[in-house]
Amino acid sequence: MRYAMAVDTRKCVGCSDCVVACQTENNVPSGFSRDWVVERLNGTYPQLEIELRSERCNHCNNAPCVRCCPTGASHFAEGGIILVNHSKCIGCGACISACPYDARYPHPDGYVDKCTFCNHRLKNGLSTACADVCPTKCIYFGDLDDPNSSVTMILKRRKYKTLIPEAGTDPRLYFLI
Amino acid sequence: MTNRRQFIKISVAGAGFMATGAGTMKAMELISQPGNTGSLNLDLKRTPTYCEVCFWKCAGWVYKKSNGKIWKIIGNDQDQHCNGRLCPRGTGGVGMYNDNERLRTPLLRTAERGKQIFREATWDEAFDYIAGRMKEISVKYGPSSMALFTHGSGSSYFTTLLKAYGSENIAEPSYAQCRGPRDDAFFATFGEEAYSPEITDIRNTKCLVLIGSHIGENMHNGQIQEMSDAIDNGATIITVDPRFSTAAGKSKYWLPIKPSTDIALLLAWMHEIIYNEYYDKKYVDKYCTGFDQLREHVKNFTAEWAYGITTISPDKIKRTAKEMASAAPAVIVHPGRHVTWYGDDTQRIRAIAILNALLGSWGRRGGFYRPSKASVPGYKLPGFPKPSRTWQDAFPGKFPIASSPVSNVLIDASIPENNPGYLVKGWIVNGTNLISTIPNQANTIKAIQNLELLVAIDTMPMEITGWADVVLPECTYLERYDSLRISPHRKPSIALRMQSTEPLNQTRPGYWIARQLSLKLGLESYFPFEKQEDLLDWQLKQVKSSLEEMQSLGVKNFEREADDLYFAEDENVQFPTDSGRIELFSKSLEAAGFDAMPKYTAHEEPQDGYYRLIYGRAPMHTFSRTSNNPNLTDLMHENSVWINPKVAKEWSLVTGQYIWLKNQDGVTTDFPIKVRVTERIRWDSVYMVHGFGHKQKQMKRCFGKGASDTQMITKVLYDPLMGGTGMRSNFVTFVTENAGKEVSL
Amino acid sequence: MNEELIVSGRNNLMVDPHLNIWHWPIPLYLFLGGMAAGILAIAAIYYIRGREEDYKAAVRITPMLAPFLLVLGLLALFLDLRHKAYFWQLYVNIKLQSPMSWGAWVLMVITPVSFIWAALHIRELFPRWDWKYSVLYSVEKFFIRYKKILAWVMLIYALVLGIYTGILLSAFNARPFWNTSILGPLFLASGLSAGAAATLIISKNTDERKQFARIDLVLIGIELFLIIHMFMGFLASTQVQIDAANMFLGGPYTTVFWIFVVIMGMLIPALLEVLELRKYHIPAILPAILVIFGSFMLRFIIVFAGQASRWLY
Repeated sequence: MRYAMAVDTRKCVGCSDCVVACQTENNVPSGFSRDWVVERLNGTYPQLEIELRSERCNHCNNAPCVRCCPTGASHFAEGGIILVNHSKCIGCGACISACPYDARYPHPDGYVDKCTFCNHRLKNGLSTACADVCPTKCIYFGDLDDPNSSVTMILKRRKYKTLIPEAGTDPRLYFLI
Repeated sequence: MTNRRQFIKISVAGAGFMATGAGTMKAMELISQPGNTGSLNLDLKRTPTYCEVCFWKCAGWVYKKSNGKIWKIIGNDQDQHCNGRLCPRGTGGVGMYNDNERLRTPLLRTAERGKQIFREATWDEAFDYIAGRMKEISVKYGPSSMALFTHGSGSSYFTTLLKAYGSENIAEPSYAQCRGPRDDAFFATFGEEAYSPEITDIRNTKCLVLIGSHIGENMHNGQIQEMSDAIDNGATIITVDPRFSTAAGKSKYWLPIKPSTDIALLLAWMHEIIYNEYYDKKYVDKYCTGFDQLREHVKNFTAEWAYGITTISPDKIKRTAKEMASAAPAVIVHPGRHVTWYGDDTQRIRAIAILNALLGSWGRRGGFYRPSKASVPGYKLPGFPKPSRTWQDAFPGKFPIASSPVSNVLIDASIPENNPGYLVKGWIVNGTNLISTIPNQANTIKAIQNLELLVAIDTMPMEITGWADVVLPECTYLERYDSLRISPHRKPSIALRMQSTEPLNQTRPGYWIARQLSLKLGLESYFPFEKQEDLLDWQLKQVKSSLEEMQSLGVKNFEREADDLYFAEDENVQFPTDSGRIELFSKSLEAAGFDAMPKYTAHEEPQDGYYRLIYGRAPMHTFSRTSNNPNLTDLMHENSVWINPKVAKEWSLVTGQYIWLKNQDGVTTDFPIKVRVTERIRWDSVYMVHGFGHKQKQMKRCFGKGASDTQMITKVLYDPLMGGTGMRSNFVTFVTENAGKEVSL
Repeated sequence: MNEELIVSGRNNLMVDPHLNIWHWPIPLYLFLGGMAAGILAIAAIYYIRGREEDYKAAVRITPMLAPFLLVLGLLALFLDLRHKAYFWQLYVNIKLQSPMSWGAWVLMVITPVSFIWAALHIRELFPRWDWKYSVLYSVEKFFIRYKKILAWVMLIYALVLGIYTGILLSAFNARPFWNTSILGPLFLASGLSAGAAATLIISKNTDERKQFARIDLVLIGIELFLIIHMFMGFLASTQVQIDAANMFLGGPYTTVFWIFVVIMGMLIPALLEVLELRKYHIPAILPAILVIFGSFMLRFIIVFAGQASRWLY
C-alpha cells in the first residue's frame, strides 16, 4: 500500500478550505497550519499566468526528517505515511530543520507536528479531510498500488510535477499541471 | 411595470428551544478522532444545520466531541447547494461560535450616540425600551416611520413583526447595494430574476462568460464546484475583468478591459452575434420580441468601435463572440451578483440578458435552468394592516423600476432636510453592518443622528452596534433553530437548521427576540408558536415529513413535478413579461422614460496621481462578517492594496510597506494598508478586498487590521431605474508619511 | 515580474517567515562541545605519544575544564528540547542514520570519560585530595593501570564529538548553507583550535605555550583553507547554494562573519601569534581569547545563517 496525493493546479482556486478543514478535523492549534496554499504568478500585465497549489507534508519516500530523527519518533507507518510518535519525540527540532518544504512545526504541547494524511480517517475508509472538503475537488488521494484509485488514474492521464525534486526527497505529493 | 418580486415569505414562528442534547438527536456516527494513538473511537453526535456565513446556505452536519464541544462542520452529501463540501467560511463556522469577543448581553446606550458607552441590561429591559419607543413613533409619526434593514435567516421574523406593526419599509441591503440591478434587468427581459443561488447551469456549460464576476474569489460554493466540473469537461471560460482574477487565471480568454467600459463590449458582441448570424434564429423567432429594433440599435457598435473604448482588440472581441456562439445554447453570460458599479448597472445587465437571449441559453441545458421550489405552506397568520405609506412615497417618482424597497432611500428619508413631509424615525438593523455596507458613510451617520430609535441585532459588536440605542445579542446559527430552507434549484428541496448547542451567555435566537417583542407590542397573534420547532414540525407534517425525520436527514430532496428542467423542444413557453415573450426591446422601460435598449455612456476617469478603487472578495471571508473569526483570521487577517509595478516604481513603493489611501473627496483611511506590488492589476486602478479596517476596539482580532474600502466610497452613482448605489467611481491616491504599523485612533 | 507567495496566511511559530527553531542554546552547545572535544583530543594525543611531561597543562590541567564544558553544553541542549519529559528516549534508541543519535551516545561515553580523566589528575590542583572511600581508590587504580586504553577511547570519542556536530548540520540538505561536507572538518578544526587556545591560557610553561601557539597557527590555516573552499564549493553549486553563499558575500551576514569570525577570530590571533613567535612581547592570553571568541561566533553565525537559507519562497 502506498498512499499518495495529487493536487490539480488547474482547478485549485486558492480558497484555503483545505487549511480550515484540516484545522478543525485535526484540532490544529490556532496560529499553526499543517497545509497551506501557494500562488505563483508569472508575466507582465496583461500576459499573465497563475498557478495555485495546496501544499502540505509530502510524505517523501526518501524522507530527510525520518533519517535525522534521533529517537525514531518520526517514522514510516502503514502505506508510507510519515507519522510522529508523540511519546518518542523529544522536541529537538531536527526534523523541522531537515524538511525542505517547511512542512513541520513545533506543537505547543512540545512534540513536533505535521500533516498525517488523516491517518485516523483512513482506517475507517474515509479520505483525508482536505480532499473531502475541497469544493473544486482538486485534491485526489488514494493508494498508488490500487489501479482503480482516483490518484492512480489521474496520474496516468495528466502531466504532473513535484516540488524541488532536486532536493532528492522523492515526494508523494504530486501537482497536476 | 408590475413588481414580480415576492417579499420574503413569512414563515411561522416559534420561540427558541433549549435542546438538552441526547433526546432528539437521532444520527450517530462512529468516527475516530485524531490523536496520539490514532485509534480512539468516540461516539460522536451530529446535528443538521445550514450555514449562515453567506447567502448560499449550504446544508451541513455539526459534529461534536463527547465533551459536548463543537468539533467540525461538514457538508451534507444530499444537498444540491454544496454536494457535501462546504466552503472555507462554512468550514470555519466553528469560529463564529468560538469567538470570545461575541456580544454577550443586551446593551442599552447611556451616552451620546456613537460614543459607545453602554450598560448591560436584561432582555426584559431592552424589550420594554424598544416597545415603548416603537409605540411612541407609531403615535407621533405613524408606523411607516419604522424601518427594518435586514439580511439572513432572521429577516422573516422581523419582517413579520414590522408588517404586523404596520410598516412595509423593509429593505435588504443585498438589493440596492448588490444584486438589485441584476434582478430588475432580468425581470425586464425574462420576467424572472436570476435567483439565489443563481440558476446558472455551469456544470453542463461549454462556455462561461464572466463580466467582472470573480468566481473563485467570491466563494459561491455551488458555482465554484460547477466551474470545476466545467473545467474538467473542457469548457471555455472567458473572463472580462481589468484585474487578473483567479477566474481569469483559468480562462481561455482574458479580456483585460478598461474599467467602466463593459457595456461597449457587450454591445459589440451583440453586433457580432447578430450581423454574423451567430444567434439562435429559432429561439429568437419563437421566444423573443424586439429583435428588429435591437438589430438596428447595434448597427454601428462594431468591434472596432468597442476597441477604441475598451482597449480590447477587435480580433479578440470577434473571436470570443464566435466562441460563445459555437458553444450555444450551452453558454452562460453570467449575470454576476454584486453589480452596483457605475449607476447604469441595470442597463449593463440588460445587455447581458439580451446576449443570453440571442444565444438561446435561457432555459437550455448548459445555460440557465428552470428552478423548482418545494411548496411548503406557512402557518396562516392574521392579515397585516395596510401601511399608509411605502418607501416609494418618500421621493415620489424616483427609481420607478425597483422591485424591492431601496435601503438608501430609507436612509435618506431619515434625514429631515431631504423630505420633511416623510420621515423615517426608527430603524431595526438585523444581521447587516450598515456602516460597512452602505457607501457614503457620512450620510448614513447623519441619518442615524436623526433617529429616535436604533436597534441593532447582531452576533458581533460590529460598527453598527456602536451607534445603536439598544444592542440585542443574537446567538450564532449553530445555537438555534431557524425557518426551513426552501430554495429554488434543479430539484425542490428543504433543509433543516437544528440547534446543536446551547446559546452562550445571554444570547438568544432571532425568532425568540422577534416573538418577545411582539408580545410587548400586543402582536403575539402573529407568532402563535412559542417554540420554533413546533412550528417546523407542523410545517413538515404538511409535506409528509416530520421534525424527527428531518433531524436525521438534514436535507430532503423531492422530485420535480414535471420534467421541465429545461425548455422542451418546441415548447410554447409563456414568459412572465408584459408581452409574454423575452423582451429584447423593453417597452416597460421605455414607458418609464428609460432606454429600451442599453447604450454606452462614458464614465469618469481618475485624475493624475489617482487610481480607480476596485474592490472584491477573498474566498476565506464574507464581507466584514467574518473579519474577527479566529479560524478565518488565521488565513487572512488584513487586506492589502494591489498596485501595478509601474505605478509602484513611480511612487517608490515596495510589497509589505504600509500606506494610507486618500480619495478624491479628501477622505483618508483610518488605518494604513499593506502594499502588494503585483502585475495582476492595471496601472489605472488599485484593488483591495472588502471588509477590513474595523474600528471596533472590542474586536481585537480585526481592529485596525487593513483598511476599509467603504470609507473610501464617498461618491455614489445612483442607478436612476432602481436606486442601486454604484460604487466604482471613487479614486484614491497614496499617502506615505507616518504609515508605520503602530496606529492609534 | 514573478511572485510566489503563501496566500493562506501560514505563520507557523519558528518556521515562518523563515526557520528559527534553534536559538542560542544550540550554538552554545556546539561551541562548548567543540572546545571540550579539542581539549580532550589534544590531551589524549600527547599522552599517547608520551609527551605528558612536556605538555603538563595540556594533558593534565586543561582537561579539568572539559567536564564542566560538557555538562553546561548538555544542559543547554536539554533546555532547548521542547518535549523535555521524553529526553530519555535518546538513550533507548539508536538511529545509525541520525547524527544526532550518534551525538547522544557519544556524549554518553565522553562525559564520564572526561570526568574520569579529570579525576585521575585531580592532585595537580589539589595535592592532598582524598577519595575517602576505598572503592573509589580501587577505581582510580584500575584506570591508572589502563590509562592508555582510556586515552585511546577518549581520543576517538573526542574526535567524533568534534566532527559530528558539523556532520549533523551538513546532513540537513533542506538548509543549503549547511549542506556541505566541509562543515564537519571545519567544526573539528575550530574545536581543536579552541582547545589549544585553552591550554595557551592555562599553561605556565613557555615552551608549551610556544608549541600551542604553533598548533593554533596551523589550525587557523586549516580553518581558513576550509572556509575558502566551502565558499568556492557553494558558488560552483546549485542556485540555492549560490544564494546561501551570497548571504555572506554582500548579504546580511557579511559583516558579522568576516569581521567576528575571520578577522577577529582567525587572522588577528594568527598575526599576534606570529609576532609572538618572532619574540615580540604579546600577552598570550589575547590571541587565545580571540580564537575562542571566533570559535563561538563561527557556530553562532552558522546556526542562524543556515536557518535563513532555504529552497522555497
